[in-house]
Amino acid sequence: MTTIDAPDMHSGHPPADTRSKKERLFWKNRGHSEHFRSHEEEFDACKFGMWLFLTTEVLLFAGIFCAYAVFRTMYPEAWAAGSHYLNWKIGALNTVVLLISSFTAAMAVRCAQLDQQRWLKLNLIITLVCAALFVFIKLKFEYLPKLSEGKAPGTFFSYPFAHDPHEPLWWGVYYIGTGIHALHVLIGAGLLGWVLYRAWRYKAYGPTEYTMVENSALYWHLVDLVWIFLFPLLYLVH
Amino acid sequence: MTTIDTHTAGHDHHDEGSYLTPKTGMIGTAWQWATTIDHKKIGVMYLFAVLFMFFLGGMAALAVRLELLEPTRVMTEVVDGVEVSTITGQIPLWSDPDTAEIGSNNYNRLFTLHGAIMVFMFIVPSIPASLGNFFLPIMLGAKDVAFPRLNLLSWYIYFFGSIFGVLSIIMGGVDTGWTFYTPYSTTTDPDHWRVVLMVLAAFVLGFSSILTGLNFIVTVHKLRAPGMGWFDMPLFIWAVYATSIIQVLATPVIGITLLLLIFERLFHVGIFDPSMGGDPVLYQHFFWFYSHPVVYVMILPAMGIISELLAVHSRKHIFGYRAIAFSSLGIAAVSFLVWGHHIFTAMGELVSTLFSALTFLVAIPTAIKVFNWIATLYKGSIILNTPMVYALMFLFTFSIGGLTGLPLGALATDLHLHDSYFVVAHFHYVMMGGTVIAMVGGIHHWWPKMFGKMYSEPGALLGAALVFIGFNVTFFTQFFLGLQGMPRRYASYVDEFQHLHQISTYGSWILLAGFLVHLFVFIHSLVAGKPASANPWGGLTFEWEAESPPIEHNFHHEPLCQHGPYDFEKVVPPHCTAEEFPLPPSPEPASPPRTIT
Repeated sequence: MTTIDAPDMHSGHPPADTRSKKERLFWKNRGHSEHFRSHEEEFDACKFGMWLFLTTEVLLFAGIFCAYAVFRTMYPEAWAAGSHYLNWKIGALNTVVLLISSFTAAMAVRCAQLDQQRWLKLNLIITLVCAALFVFIKLKFEYLPKLSEGKAPGTFFSYPFAHDPHEPLWWGVYYIGTGIHALHVLIGAGLLGWVLYRAWRYKAYGPTEYTMVENSALYWHLVDLVWIFLFPLLYLVH
Repeated sequence: MTTIDTHTAGHDHHDEGSYLTPKTGMIGTAWQWATTIDHKKIGVMYLFAVLFMFFLGGMAALAVRLELLEPTRVMTEVVDGVEVSTITGQIPLWSDPDTAEIGSNNYNRLFTLHGAIMVFMFIVPSIPASLGNFFLPIMLGAKDVAFPRLNLLSWYIYFFGSIFGVLSIIMGGVDTGWTFYTPYSTTTDPDHWRVVLMVLAAFVLGFSSILTGLNFIVTVHKLRAPGMGWFDMPLFIWAVYATSIIQVLATPVIGITLLLLIFERLFHVGIFDPSMGGDPVLYQHFFWFYSHPVVYVMILPAMGIISELLAVHSRKHIFGYRAIAFSSLGIAAVSFLVWGHHIFTAMGELVSTLFSALTFLVAIPTAIKVFNWIATLYKGSIILNTPMVYALMFLFTFSIGGLTGLPLGALATDLHLHDSYFVVAHFHYVMMGGTVIAMVGGIHHWWPKMFGKMYSEPGALLGAALVFIGFNVTFFTQFFLGLQGMPRRYASYVDEFQHLHQISTYGSWILLAGFLVHLFVFIHSLVAGKPASANPWGGLTFEWEAESPPIEHNFHHEPLCQHGPYDFEKVVPPHCTAEEFPLPPSPEPASPPRTIT
């Protein structure tokens, strides 16, 4: 082993960068942080960090699933009644919307790897449209009608035709679970929107620089995955 | 571990000054620190912040002990037909001439304050975020942690989380206990905001903990120096690595728990409210699913420090390197399976028995560590300086803390001892006698490296002696109090307990004196300490190869790992001569094998 430092590792005082932001962020011009030995090492580290972060997200939702399971065992009638109130067709529609968006997010990564800039942007746009559609359907056909009928969580519950005294608890778990998921949809859309902006403005992503696309897409898949579990548990299981 | 100089001049950092070199002007320097992504500066900022929190929490503890100096007595006498009551045994500032309740309520707030600050703002971030941040990358031979900007973010999250917590205290404090058990946390504090702020603070601090842990895991995986395999890492790294795994896997659960608690508090969703079909015990399960593993977040890095201190200051190869490394991971794994022992009385017999059995499993990897440490000392050249004295104190107090955990893990004895002062004494022996003692030892060990100054050895030894005496006087008495039936979290007690309570309070003053001596020694060292050499203890890990204090990029050249971290019998330490740290005479060559004819 003769040289240890990567050849392009600059010294402690780098010369002032005179390039414009557009030039610096163009994917072909991206280097790596100086505490990494190579670009690949940095990419691996970022991806590994993202997977660890996703683990924490899974554990966050695990708490909600755990509460769901506990109260389902305690009050099966309330849970059965609760899932009857939900329209599985709307849930299924939202599942399809999210699955499509997950596919386009994966395609966006592929397009970045192949330097297909137009398709990268198009895939990101479709993903974002799906995200908006998901939130719209959720609000318009689920949250708002249900809240106006009084199917609200906890002490806000005022639905007069409840079958079971523990239905307020069901709505509590429903709103917290889907609400925190919807928050994740918005965060994921924000991330992908940022990627789209940088792709559009700076052509920031290409075959050697797609960490951000990859990690945002990973996050988006997690959002999708959580819904894949929420949908049957809330809508289909009686 | 030697550095090699084989690459071109443009790649190294010869002209750099120490990381402490200030910029011109106060504002420039302050801005430099506030926006730094240098893990060393962030580590130092964390160090001062957690020590400040230790001071705040310690003041609350002293007030708690002061209140317990005397039991609360209410004497009513009739003077001229009017009932006049006098109250004694409460801190004068708190007490009210008419009712003892105000003093007791203040007492509840104060022990909550002590617990919440010490757990969430001091002890969880204490060693990993301060010494870990500073030394983990250096000990790996890296220039920084994997995600330096994330590191700074996690510092600011910690900073603002702590501000939420302190705000809640300034606004009047909460009296739920640091565990925020429902229904205390959902029914007390009618104007909501103090409890919500405190819970939010704990939630936000959790993010900081997750991000630090994540950063460390990736750093250990990706940024080890060339030639450094997993089993060439110093044991401190192994311990911080195991800690980080717990931080990443357990903290999200407290995140969702505290979020549910905030929803419960603000919107009454009913999840923890029995009147709506909810289950308060579910909260306790959720809470301890995080908070038991986090006990090992507190102690594992301390164990890592002890491994370093004992090996370096007895100049002996650590005994059972792999056993110590794997026992860290073993403790991390078992830690997730024992949370039920906090709520034995809320579960069925079978489950309690299972949790009890699993709890005893923790004793195995812990004992492996202790035996290995003692074996390390055997025939070592022990130097009784402050770090070593603290390491020996740790062996003593931590063993008491660990062994008194066993009667608490056994179902029959726990029924008598739980929620008594025996529990208080037990976890203070582990947390303070373990983590705090190890941290103070670690700070002395690495002080010359962090600030480039030596501390006064006699002064520090005096502080260590006072801390040791004060600690044992304060907390050993509490074992007797607990055995005799003194319950925890009570503002007053029957007269029979007064002697022991008084001894305990006097001990807390000795403890305070000890820490004040340490504070004075540290300030003296910063102002007038002798400059430290690069390797005052003759350590072999990478941090002793850097300068004291290290340069901005830690090393002039990327270091190369060529020997194990504890090969004291084979390698002359970097920056040292063989006269200072002589190698043992090489053993007699073995007799040549007999030739078989």
